[in-house]
Amino acid sequence: MGGWLLQAFNGLSLGSILLMISLGLAFSFGLMKVINMAHGEFIMLGAYVTYVFQNNFATMLGGLDLGLWFLISIPVAFIVTGLLGILLEISLIRFLYGRPLDTLLATWGVGLVLQQATRSIFGAPNVQVVSPAWLSGGFMILDITLPYKRLFIIAVVLVAIAVIYIHLNYTASGRRLRAVMQNREMASCLGVASRQVDATTFGLGAGLAGVAGCVLTLIGPIGPSIGTHYIVDAFMVVVLGGTGGLVGTVLAAFLIGIANTSLEFATTATLAKVLVFGLIIAFLQWRPSGLVVQTAR
Amino acid sequence: MLKQTAMRQFISEWGPVILLGLLFLCAPLFLSDFRLSLLGKFLTFAIVAIGLDLIWGYGGMLSLGQGLFFGLGAYAIAMHMKLEAGGGGLPDFMVWSGLQELPLFWQPFHSPFFAVAMVMILPATVAAMLGFLVFRSRIQGVYFSIITQALTLLVSVLLVGQQEYTGGTNGITNLSTIFGYSLMAQETQVAIYFVTVMMLALVYLFCYHLTRSRFGRLLVAMRDDEARVRFLGYDPVIIKTVTFAISAAIAGIGGALFVPQVGIISPSSLGVVFSIEMVVWVAVGGRGTLIGAIIGALLVNAGRSAFSEQFPNVWQYFLGAMFIGVVVLFPQGIVGSLRLGVDKLCLINQTPKLEGSVSQPSI
Amino acid sequence: MTLNVISRKIRWFTLLVVMSFLAACGGAAQPTAAPAAEVADGDTIKVGILHSLSGTMSISEVSVRDATLLAIEEINAAGGILGKKLVPVVEDGASDWPTFAEKAGKLLKEDKVAVIFGCWTSASRKAVLPVVEQNNGLLFYPVQYEGLEQSPNIFYTGAEPTQQIIPGVEYLLSQKKTNIYLLGSDYVFPRTANTIIKAQLAAKGATLAGEEYLPLGGTEFSTIISKIQAAKPDAIFSTLNGDSNVAFFKQFKDAGFTPETLPVLSVSVAEEEVRGIGADNIAGHLVAWNYYQTTDTPENKTFVAAYKKAYGEDRVTDDPIEAGYFGVYLWKAMVEKAGKVDVDAVRAAAKSNEISFNAPEGLVKVDGESQHTWKTVRIGKVRADGLIDEVFSSKEPVKPDPFLKGYEWAKDLAAAMGKK
Repeated sequence: MGGWLLQAFNGLSLGSILLMISLGLAFSFGLMKVINMAHGEFIMLGAYVTYVFQNNFATMLGGLDLGLWFLISIPVAFIVTGLLGILLEISLIRFLYGRPLDTLLATWGVGLVLQQATRSIFGAPNVQVVSPAWLSGGFMILDITLPYKRLFIIAVVLVAIAVIYIHLNYTASGRRLRAVMQNREMASCLGVASRQVDATTFGLGAGLAGVAGCVLTLIGPIGPSIGTHYIVDAFMVVVLGGTGGLVGTVLAAFLIGIANTSLEFATTATLAKVLVFGLIIAFLQWRPSGLVVQTAR
Repeated sequence: MLKQTAMRQFISEWGPVILLGLLFLCAPLFLSDFRLSLLGKFLTFAIVAIGLDLIWGYGGMLSLGQGLFFGLGAYAIAMHMKLEAGGGGLPDFMVWSGLQELPLFWQPFHSPFFAVAMVMILPATVAAMLGFLVFRSRIQGVYFSIITQALTLLVSVLLVGQQEYTGGTNGITNLSTIFGYSLMAQETQVAIYFVTVMMLALVYLFCYHLTRSRFGRLLVAMRDDEARVRFLGYDPVIIKTVTFAISAAIAGIGGALFVPQVGIISPSSLGVVFSIEMVVWVAVGGRGTLIGAIIGALLVNAGRSAFSEQFPNVWQYFLGAMFIGVVVLFPQGIVGSLRLGVDKLCLINQTPKLEGSVSQPSI
Repeated sequence: MTLNVISRKIRWFTLLVVMSFLAACGGAAQPTAAPAAEVADGDTIKVGILHSLSGTMSISEVSVRDATLLAIEEINAAGGILGKKLVPVVEDGASDWPTFAEKAGKLLKEDKVAVIFGCWTSASRKAVLPVVEQNNGLLFYPVQYEGLEQSPNIFYTGAEPTQQIIPGVEYLLSQKKTNIYLLGSDYVFPRTANTIIKAQLAAKGATLAGEEYLPLGGTEFSTIISKIQAAKPDAIFSTLNGDSNVAFFKQFKDAGFTPETLPVLSVSVAEEEVRGIGADNIAGHLVAWNYYQTTDTPENKTFVAAYKKAYGEDRVTDDPIEAGYFGVYLWKAMVEKAGKVDVDAVRAAAKSNEISFNAPEGLVKVDGESQHTWKTVRIGKVRADGLIDEVFSSKEPVKPDPFLKGYEWAKDLAAAMGKK
């Protein structure tokens, strides 16, 4: 009984992690049709922002024990990587709209440069982010332990989705964003500064990657090349989810998460990865555009 | 008079290519053994690059899985060489992993003919199967790129994981002979070099004619407007799948020639990173030009070799900058940009003409 | 027609580019095509260093390069070898095995180095092996590995299984941990190590609680931790590698395990890795090596001080770093005994079994037959400050036995593995 419950939780947890790493991508790819291969590197940057923040401001904010700094580092990571994202959009991506394959190549190059820059600045070895004490341990239920960190990540994802949903649907800037993405010419005619909207949308995507990087320091390594671990998974989520909006991405992330953990429990980690990929390809045969498709207007 | 013009045209058309071939053929005379083996390795990359150019430059499908096909071809030949090196015994890594006898799918690789056939058949089959599924559901553009990349990642994970059958991360190593000839002998290496040059020439000629044939025109037409080709009664799925399979087979040839020159094949050689670097070779040289693919592969790899000897850390920046630069500043690559330049000159000097070039990809 | 003109011009340009490229190749080859005896000509001896300075493996290998360079500097400061100064030629293997083979070829054929210090992963060593054998070069390999290899052109200064893995398991058994769970990254070293361990467990009457592998670089352990929970082992023997270690120890701790309830013995976690994992996540768990920064010898105090002085106070030393360091000294001893840098002479000198050096880990001796090194086995426990305390030591250096010939229970295994 406990075992099954734990596996269900593991599936949810992996799903939430996958969702975390692919949310930003769903923004830039799903909404803007921009392939950001440097997405993994933005996740990495988010982790390093957390590292720098911990080393310089943690003691000011109640020390490592209280761990207040960690809560604050989440928005900091969001803002820093978001700004970098805007910078990238203005200086590079802007010139490549309508050339998705070229964007893919250019952003891959950006990823390489970011990786090497991190390596030059912080050194090649992994660095350590100390998790706040209040997140250590777990919640005991039946005879199993649900780690607080994993619960925390699920919570952060839920909050992120809620914020995105509210932003897109109930704020003026969210409405402008949707307007531009749905019909650029029309929106421009009506006075929406579409260039500016592009930059902020891309920045939002990068910022979400930064948040992912920040919370993933809780359970994963922090090194210059961690982005490469995440990028393919993130793309698989977005491809499976389709470009029809958040619902697809959320569904896809949890589906892959649960499928992966169950298959891994039944077989091995390597085989599970292969099977999940096979299932995704098979599914795309049936629904080539993914789970949720944007309805044509 | 007519004959003379034809002659001149032939020379202008093929002279440089022939001279280039001669140059490669003469390289052993003036390059040291080490530099020659390096050049030989780059030429195998050039073969792969031609295949990638075919599918990307002419077909508009950016495959991020060419490394996978390169690797499949390489493994096919390496499996045969490993059996040769084992001299009837089990390959060493199988012994370490506790296998008692040779797995069934290794058995036919005892035959050199089977292995050589598999060099092309294996990648082509995998590509055809994936291609058919993917193209049939009209997955295209970046989706195709991402799926090929995921497949590449997956196969390398699988190769690493199935150590008892594939040699794991170490790959297949300790190869000593190929078809009975010792790899250590310089004569063998020179012979393999010549075979590589020959295969490069064959692959180039094949693709040259393919792209100028009816099939090639269809391919370009489909790249530029798939729907219209479909309406005209052609089946894009078949065209795309066949092209993908051909480019995979070409990559397989490159891989097979790579192994005897380097003496090792491991999953790292069919990884995601290597696959995307191939794209940069073609992009630098110029998409849709074939000859550009060769130049790009040679230049980038020579650059990498030279750079990493001097400044290992800088190479990553440089590679990154190359990705960005070639896309933003020189989307046509070296050959393409040159062609544009010559084009402009010609426009000044000559009367207007039909732009019939097949070499300007829209994506 | 114009089209032909264009394409003609392009072709000629192409020719030009490739010609200049070949010329560059040839040009680069010219100056180095000097006489073969250059190795020991004049007042210098060229030595090669081949590690990954970029890519994923640079995490570990950069520090080993630093230690090797330190040893070379020290030797030069003390007058060099045979009165000649060492000139290091550093190459980047870029975490890519064919690149390792290429660069090894370059070092041997172009630079004509007398010896190469380098490689980390088994895969890179296996890629370099045929190259050094072909050119009769010499490689000093500084990292613990899965054994079962012996090349006349390689000296192994890291541990083989009988100097690390087998004593590690024995230590666990001696602590009454008889139900062992094997956890590793999915590649050659863990798989081979675990094959050996399973034979050892069976022979000692211990049980195998389970065996799991994670794809290299994997960071998601929730399911594996569930499986471990269900298996209820006494201890975990971990051959996880690199980034996976960080994720594992973080997630393992969160799942409610402590070193007291379920100790983990790792063979790929040293001081350098502990820093990335975070000492608080791994404190109290066990590791097996031949050397720790805390190892109490006078040579080690000097070494740690010199290393920190050269590369920064915040740097730590660990086993492969130390092996990369004393390898240079072992080679020096061989060359001095041989009286020249010639590979065959150096190998003959090693055959005498008289080559030894007081390394930071204590006395190390070269075994002439297997070309491996006699090393002291040490089990350590990670401290809260990230350094490692020794909890068990073999006191004496252990004779290398890469093909496990000295173990009755490994007989079938060794016979099967040794026949190759």
